[in-house]
Amino acid sequence: MATTPNRNSAAGQAASQSGFVYLPLIAGWLVPGAGHFLLRKWYRGALLAAAIIGMFALGLAMQGKLYASAHDVLDLLGLAGDLGNGLLYVLSRAAGLGAESVQVTVGDWGTRFIVVAGMLNVIAAVDAHNLRTGRKPS
Amino acid sequence: MISPSHFTAVVLFALFVSTVFGITMRETPRRMIRYGLYCFAMFCGSAIVLSWVMYLIAR
Repeated sequence: MATTPNRNSAAGQAASQSGFVYLPLIAGWLVPGAGHFLLRKWYRGALLAAAIIGMFALGLAMQGKLYASAHDVLDLLGLAGDLGNGLLYVLSRAAGLGAESVQVTVGDWGTRFIVVAGMLNVIAAVDAHNLRTGRKPS
Repeated sequence: MISPSHFTAVVLFALFVSTVFGITMRETPRRMIRYGLYCFAMFCGSAIVLSWVMYLIAR
């Protein structure tokens, strides 16, 4: 499973289809970069993890808001973006991190950083899934 | 709490997003780097251009 079976060979195609193909997708969503680590894409996984975790941490450091509930459509979209962070969001909520409401100007930027980090994490997880299924060659 | 300037926030945003875009949207390392740099330049460049446009409109 954890090899790079994308050489257009029959064996490679067969190997890419064996096992639970959604594991990199789920792991990548829960932990940024984990999907690529499972596929032994160490550098890509490390860069993705650094970018996503860094962006999330900076958002928190800027007093960004973690959406906890949705009172209108914009809140719902923000919550969906936050949930893209996987365990980062769950752990941060459990630890009481993030502002309840935006009090300062940079807090608004921090809120956007957190939401965008979640969306980038979803993109990275889908990329890991595409690598796993062979849709993306390497 | 950190309070970056608006431009610093733009640069940080562009850096992180370009990294992810470069890795996920291209297939070879060389093309990843080129696309990441392209995205970074476009993010920063468009922010600077739009800032000047808004400045000139407000005058």
